[in-house]
Amino acid sequence: MSGAQGDGAVVSHAQEPDLHIFAAIVENKFGVLARVAGLFSRRGFNIFSLAVAPTDDPAYSRITIVVDVHNTDVTQIAKQLDKLINVINISELHPSDSVERELMLARVGAVDLAAVVDVISEYGGEVLDHTDDEAIVSVSAHPDRLDRCERQLRPFGLHVLQRTGRIALRALDASEPAVGMAS
Amino acid sequence: MELTGAQALMRSLEMSGVEVMFGLPGGAILPVYDPVLDSPIRHVLVRHEQGAGHMAQGYAHVTGKPGVAMVTSGPAATNIVTPLCDAFMDSIPMVVVTGQVAMSAIGSDAFQECDTTGITMAVTKHNYLVTDAADIPRIVAEAFHIATTGRPGPVLIDLPKDISNEMMTWYWPDGVELPGYRPRSGVDPAAIAEAAALIRTAQRPVIYAGGGLLKARAAEALREFAEMCDIHVVTTLMARGVFPDRHPLCLGMPGMHGNYSAVTAMQQADLLINLGARFDDRVTGNPAHFAPGAKVIHVDIDPAEHGKVRVPDVAIVGDARLAVEALIAALRPADGSDTTAATADRSAWKSTISGWQEQYPLQYDQPSSGHPLKPQYVVEQLRDNTPDDTIVVAGVGQHQMWASQYWKFDYPYTWVNSGGLGTMGFAVPAAIGAKVGQPDRTVWAVDGDGCFQMTAQELISASAENIPVKVAILNNAYLGMVRQWQELFYAERYSEVYLSADHPDYVGWAEAMGCAGIRVESAEEVVPAITKANSIDDRPVVIDFRVDTEEKVYPMVPAGGSNDDIILGPEGDADAVLKGSAPS
Repeated sequence: MSGAQGDGAVVSHAQEPDLHIFAAIVENKFGVLARVAGLFSRRGFNIFSLAVAPTDDPAYSRITIVVDVHNTDVTQIAKQLDKLINVINISELHPSDSVERELMLARVGAVDLAAVVDVISEYGGEVLDHTDDEAIVSVSAHPDRLDRCERQLRPFGLHVLQRTGRIALRALDASEPAVGMAS
Repeated sequence: MELTGAQALMRSLEMSGVEVMFGLPGGAILPVYDPVLDSPIRHVLVRHEQGAGHMAQGYAHVTGKPGVAMVTSGPAATNIVTPLCDAFMDSIPMVVVTGQVAMSAIGSDAFQECDTTGITMAVTKHNYLVTDAADIPRIVAEAFHIATTGRPGPVLIDLPKDISNEMMTWYWPDGVELPGYRPRSGVDPAAIAEAAALIRTAQRPVIYAGGGLLKARAAEALREFAEMCDIHVVTTLMARGVFPDRHPLCLGMPGMHGNYSAVTAMQQADLLINLGARFDDRVTGNPAHFAPGAKVIHVDIDPAEHGKVRVPDVAIVGDARLAVEALIAALRPADGSDTTAATADRSAWKSTISGWQEQYPLQYDQPSSGHPLKPQYVVEQLRDNTPDDTIVVAGVGQHQMWASQYWKFDYPYTWVNSGGLGTMGFAVPAAIGAKVGQPDRTVWAVDGDGCFQMTAQELISASAENIPVKVAILNNAYLGMVRQWQELFYAERYSEVYLSADHPDYVGWAEAMGCAGIRVESAEEVVPAITKANSIDDRPVVIDFRVDTEEKVYPMVPAGGSNDDIILGPEGDADAVLKGSAPS
């Protein structure tokens, strides 16, 4: 999703990204994702990753948006998002107060399958499919750990990589949201 | 009661209090135009859908009620995107209904299909695609609620043709349920107390009055506040009229073409009390150099405006009228004594301001020969020869700035213009909408020749519907504002700005559209022409004022520059390129 911002993405990637995580509860209605994505685009906010799915109540979806906040006031993002009629509430999740996960599926070279298994088992991953020279592996972990896992798999030959973008929940003992809007 | 979707839509508009709508029928909206014949709502037939949108805006500006427009799908919907964006930028309450191809055809590139909700997402406060006729009353009720509450804005309802024909059981909702929409109007007492403390101790305070005060119907509260605290007021382009120009505390318009005293008072203030304004770039110039020594109190009903451009010292979220009233209550001494007794000594500041006002008034020079006719002279004569409560409507460009500068606005809701979007062609249709909303008032559009050519055809609508607006074209034969920038910033290399004073023949064109047409070429003809125009009330009037081609708008702050670099008149032209660049 980093392409959503066109040139903005290029500029940000040239620097070290400053990632913030927002969790938004939105009405599960036609076009809501387009409204959110369109808002980020026209306000010049740079989406790093985005994950959307219905909540336990199918009338609502939960969107986890990771934003590169270079040159952007974090509270502006939350306030502008909150103006969307279909956004019920929005909060920022600080990494130190949150649990985060991301899922990765990858097709990797696996002439030496045991070596691949060695790598991914360190991250709790598993082999979902394999042939003589290739495997599809699945790893679910904190996104920083996934980055590391990805780097370790690269020497085997990383043929296809799909990551989901992170999802996050506030940790059980965390304090109240930093940016609580329209509760 | 069983109704078609089309009947339910009209009924819902009636239930929402709509008295007049502006529109133009076509294929996808045809079913709705049938019950229009049976509805008590007055429908004004426009000649181009952009006209319908701007008429709805003009109506909303002067009545405070939401403007309503209805057009068909495809090209009609795209034609009304400009008014939607204009209303979004200037926070004008508006509800637009567009026809859409049948549900089964959506996505098939059907005739006159376009993704109207997709296109308008970025220029509406909210929009709807109706997918079930039973939803129509709820959606209409929500649309009016969203358009008129909180920070007002445009809402679009896209109605597929088959949904218009579908039967539904009529109901009208008791209220609206929008869990994600809870505009805040009441203000935080702690923030008010903090603001009051800043106001008491400020030595050089200025009230920065914005359009939000008009939306909040806060003109009286503002006057009480300013008088009680004895603080000068600048009124932004969107707020002209919210505070009387003839009031001794009024400094007039700030910004790129603002009065010296308004611009400089803000620059040198130690406290800006921003009431419903948004630190627009046309007011601040380069924000890094804007009002560098000022603390900021910022009242806005939209919390996203706080810190968007300038970080306030005190942010007050809420309705501007409630905020001002709360400030009055907080600052009024309990013992009934004079408020100013409890505040810092501001006598030096006040005498500095009156010195600026004396030294740097707006100025132009109308030659006694009558030639060339100066546009500012025309505006002044119009001002002095029309009723005090005349509604003035402007397009965008030099004429807009001269109208704003030289008119004396003494009443709120007498000034209608396109501020944020800067839509050329706004004046004629907006004036028509304003006249529909206030039929007993005199409505003058002050327009440019370039602007007039963009939407003049709506005068045919005005003639046909007997809406007698008056139009003063300040015809300088050029796209004058662009010409001014090319003169100052592109070494007088005039690229594609000449329009010709004679083509079109504005008098002949006016008459062909059913209007009276008058041509004025020298200063002595100005007042007789205005008097004649004021006497005509059975059709629109157009006066073609042939004004000086070379007259420029002053003061001027070059873009990117600091407001300290204000250029007061032609003697400063040579410095313009050193101080900044042509505005974007």
